[in-house]
Amino acid sequence: MGKLSWSAIPFDQPIPMAASLLITVGVFAVLGLVTWKGWWPYLWREWLTSVDHKRIGVMYVLLALVLLLRGFIDAIMMRSQLAIAAGGAQGYLPPEHYDQIFSAHGTIMIFFMAMPFLVGLMNFVVPLQLGVRDVAFPVLNAISFWLTASGALLVNVSLVVGEFARTGWLAYPPLSELQFSPGVGVDYYLWSLEISGIGTLLAGINMVTTILKLRAPGMTYMRMPVFCWTSLCSSMLIVAAFPVLTATFGMLLLDRYAGMHFFTNDGGGNFMMYINLIWIWGHPEVYILALPAFGIFSEVIATFAGKQLFGYRSMVLATLAICVLSFMVWLHHFFTMGAGADVNAVFGIMSMIIAIPTGVKLFNWLFTLYQGRIRFEVPVLWAIGFMVTFAIGGMTGVLQAVPPADFVLHNSLFLVAHFHNVIIGAVLFGAMAGYYYWFPKAFGFTLDRRLGMVSFWCWLVGFYLAFMPLYALGLLGMTRRMQHYADVTWQPYLIVAEAGAVVILCGIAATIAQLVVSIRTREQRRDATGDPWNGRTLEWSTTSPPPSYNFAVLPQVDSLDAFWVMKQRGPVAPPEHYQSIEVPRNSPNGFVTAFFAVVTGFALIWHIWWMAIVGLACAVLTLLVFGWVERHEDEISGEQLADAERARLRVVTPP
Amino acid sequence: MGTAELPGLGTTMARGGEGPAPVRIVVGYGFWIFLLSDIIMFSALFASYAVLSGQTAGGPSGRELFELRHVGVETLCLLFSSYTCGLGLLAIGRRQLRGFYLAFAITFVLGATFLGLEISEFVGMVTRGAGPSRSAFLSAFFSLVGLHGAHVTAGLLWLSFMVAQTAARGPRDFVRRRLLCFSLFWHALDIIWVALLTLVYLMGAR
Amino acid sequence: MCSLRHINYCRRVLRSTGFAALIAICRVDASRGAGVLDPQGPIAGAERLILLNATAIMLVVVVPVIVLTLAFAWWYRASNKRATYSPDWSYSGHIELVVWSIPAMVVILLAAVAWTSSHELDPPRKLKSDVKPVRIEVVSLDWKWLFIYPDQEVAAVNELVVPIGTPVEFMLTSATVMNAFFVPQLGSQIYTMPGMTTRLNLMADTAGDFPGLSSNFSGDGFSDMRFVVHAVSEAEFASWLARTHGTGPLLNAKAYAQLARTGNAALQTYRSVDPMLFEHIVQTSAQPLAAPLPED
Repeated sequence: MGKLSWSAIPFDQPIPMAASLLITVGVFAVLGLVTWKGWWPYLWREWLTSVDHKRIGVMYVLLALVLLLRGFIDAIMMRSQLAIAAGGAQGYLPPEHYDQIFSAHGTIMIFFMAMPFLVGLMNFVVPLQLGVRDVAFPVLNAISFWLTASGALLVNVSLVVGEFARTGWLAYPPLSELQFSPGVGVDYYLWSLEISGIGTLLAGINMVTTILKLRAPGMTYMRMPVFCWTSLCSSMLIVAAFPVLTATFGMLLLDRYAGMHFFTNDGGGNFMMYINLIWIWGHPEVYILALPAFGIFSEVIATFAGKQLFGYRSMVLATLAICVLSFMVWLHHFFTMGAGADVNAVFGIMSMIIAIPTGVKLFNWLFTLYQGRIRFEVPVLWAIGFMVTFAIGGMTGVLQAVPPADFVLHNSLFLVAHFHNVIIGAVLFGAMAGYYYWFPKAFGFTLDRRLGMVSFWCWLVGFYLAFMPLYALGLLGMTRRMQHYADVTWQPYLIVAEAGAVVILCGIAATIAQLVVSIRTREQRRDATGDPWNGRTLEWSTTSPPPSYNFAVLPQVDSLDAFWVMKQRGPVAPPEHYQSIEVPRNSPNGFVTAFFAVVTGFALIWHIWWMAIVGLACAVLTLLVFGWVERHEDEISGEQLADAERARLRVVTPP
Repeated sequence: MGTAELPGLGTTMARGGEGPAPVRIVVGYGFWIFLLSDIIMFSALFASYAVLSGQTAGGPSGRELFELRHVGVETLCLLFSSYTCGLGLLAIGRRQLRGFYLAFAITFVLGATFLGLEISEFVGMVTRGAGPSRSAFLSAFFSLVGLHGAHVTAGLLWLSFMVAQTAARGPRDFVRRRLLCFSLFWHALDIIWVALLTLVYLMGAR
Repeated sequence: MCSLRHINYCRRVLRSTGFAALIAICRVDASRGAGVLDPQGPIAGAERLILLNATAIMLVVVVPVIVLTLAFAWWYRASNKRATYSPDWSYSGHIELVVWSIPAMVVILLAAVAWTSSHELDPPRKLKSDVKPVRIEVVSLDWKWLFIYPDQEVAAVNELVVPIGTPVEFMLTSATVMNAFFVPQLGSQIYTMPGMTTRLNLMADTAGDFPGLSSNFSGDGFSDMRFVVHAVSEAEFASWLARTHGTGPLLNAKAYAQLARTGNAALQTYRSVDPMLFEHIVQTSAQPLAAPLPED
């Protein structure tokens, strides 16, 4: 069994052991409940083998919410540790453990919370907004989701069996090489991200093809909703950037497994190359996250201001500019490597230039609010909170884009505050806005409003309490990733930060409570019309939830904000006769492939070579078997469609 | 009701307003995007090779290791196999199954020959003590050329699968779509090989 | 629906949190004298000026944007019947021009700052001074700092003594993994990397003790990779050198191997240093770590 033995389970460490027990008991409790209630056939048929973009989108978001909990527990453990580890105190987390926690926190929040959240929302919404029935490759879509879930599973297995990386979320060599990290931690990190990276890349290819080749008749590029534009650009960035990540991690794996010398200290290896390559991926990655969030805010602000988005063309141009420029700024992540004044200055200036289209977007949202009639629903609060918070975060970013400023701020808590400022302010706030906004479309009832407000205010206040002190601490000279510190004058700031984390915890608790309460009282908040917010785009023209085929007849589009225009024009006579349509059947392909991916990954991590070979062979075999079997589709007859449409047209607007 | 009959749609066609594209186009386009992403992955390895090509750590360099004649034969095999692959696609387009099987059989043989030659080159280098763990240059060389070889291997597996599926199902629509994707893949591997030949072997052997 | 009172309350909470944060940041300057906003040398001084200037320039745009966001959100709320509602107004050439120009102008200004300051404050650039510089070779180990004075032939661990008003030329490397040498009150940090040498030039203007640290995570003992910079007068520097020459062990290969063993280290000085040691470290950190020395 390779390197695997009973000593891999942390029997001798109380905190990891407690966490492992909690997770294991929790997982078995859920599985047990499902078995006892007899839900397996339903789950298998309706969710696990589904190739419907709406189901897959929901599963992505669910994965993200669960991993948000895990990532946040890591965060609050870090805050608690730092709140007490002042002067000579060592806190309750020894360095070996603390180092794993901050590495896991970053890895999970970026790869398994933020990415799945936004990919899930894009998956759910984009085909509906484009007025089509599904993404370009539905089975591939399912495979993408399940590979992402596999990566998330492997990261969490590291908590119970073995350890996680102790290198930070990007695992720079030489620290991540075998010489300095001989354990399985870095291998868990690398394999889970290689596997989920393939899933993400396939999802990006799928989304690009869908947006460019599958749109309702009449929907030209300049009539697409802004969320579709930002999803397109984000997906193009995925297609261009993730192969670099795959290659770079592949090289590090070759160093660790085959004794190669890409980034080792000896043999001519060059770890500076790793840092360059990983940030060539890393900077586009943050725009992969930010662009869909910007798209969500564009939709939300326009809808709730009852006004067309200001400067559509300029928004599209700005999005494309950000897309291209994001590949030209990567060196600003390591100005202090000593590349020389010319190189530093050029990259610094490029980083500032990317602030121009971003600033333009902010102004466009501002002028959408101007002379609108703003309804203060929960998504609008998130949007306003975002605009204020992102302005501050963007400013501290441009500040650090001046190389000599970065010379004193790099790797300090000022940097940590900056990137949390922009990621929480834009990505998380956007995801939460999108979650509330599109929830009724997915499930047929709205979420509880009051708990949504509570969640927002807790997140907003908690964010400022948790991260403003970090700006101060960075200026005072505190660096990141410290497990304890000598200067007791830093402690008050860290206590305030801990309080902020507790307030955010209340926000997360409110979101969970909101879901529970909303499900319990769903009848009172049924969305009968399919258009609870008086929306502007095509997804609101369907029922809530939409039928599996989305549209019985693909809508005819002749303007921007297609649904809004349809509502102005008033009712249109339904067609006399509906053509039958074909919908793809479910497929276990994704689930089975992912199962073997987990087996292979686990085996490779623990050097169980026979299991790795078997797992990989089975994964390839799965591909071949499912490729061999002919895929039949289900037909929905014209009569069935006519019946469904009659029922729909009784309740939706326009009738 | 076809989209061409709808009023006002003629002008929108040029700007992408003709409605969802047919399956054949969607599949081909998606596969192209995948190939572009694959080329980017190769680019990252090309970049690493460029950075590390001088780091021989006291060990052998390209000039000492590369046999251009050997590589020349590999190149001919691969380029010619692309030609026969193209012939096979034309044959299946005309529903000439026997021509298709012949062309793809030759493609397979040529591809396998390429692979065999490459493996023998690798084995030779390893037995001479110039394996991938000897130096950064060799790590980069083996990974870059090896990744291409791995793609060729996957391609041969795919080729066999497609021949079997064509035999079993006939030249149906979905089979021909997949053959189109396969040929795109095979041609792309050719293009990457040309870059490899130039940047690694020709420039390294000087 | 959010009532006017509710919105006002919300705005007040936001404002007060924001201001509290700003005040906290400002107080840093007047606080116990530490960190980036308390420069003790010309490099740090120049960098602080850049921080403050760039922030001020950007606040000119950011503050109005934040104020306008909150103002528009409040004035154009649905319950305000006095506000104009223009549901179809979504384009204005004038506004577009302004909206692209403002960030562009700010960026042009900051780009000029970035270009000139990157060149003036480039770490390897020597400081202009009539005083003869002190050269120091820095090695980051797991997990301590070794400072070698090649001209004076002494060395110290976790303690750096420099004369004030004298440019200090650092040559830095790492014995194992990447670290970063950083003394916030003296200015720029720079990475230390195995197998290569980076260069940094700093100067202390006033006497004092300034904390230093590693700002690039390097493993379990990272949090204790602290050192102190003692900036002292010329006379005190000379007497420190004399004292150091008189006591302490020799820093030869064996002593170095002892020092390099994994773990933190106590303060230590060496009365003499092998002159080839630093070069040797730069060359050999590209080799796999030797096994730990047996107890002697």
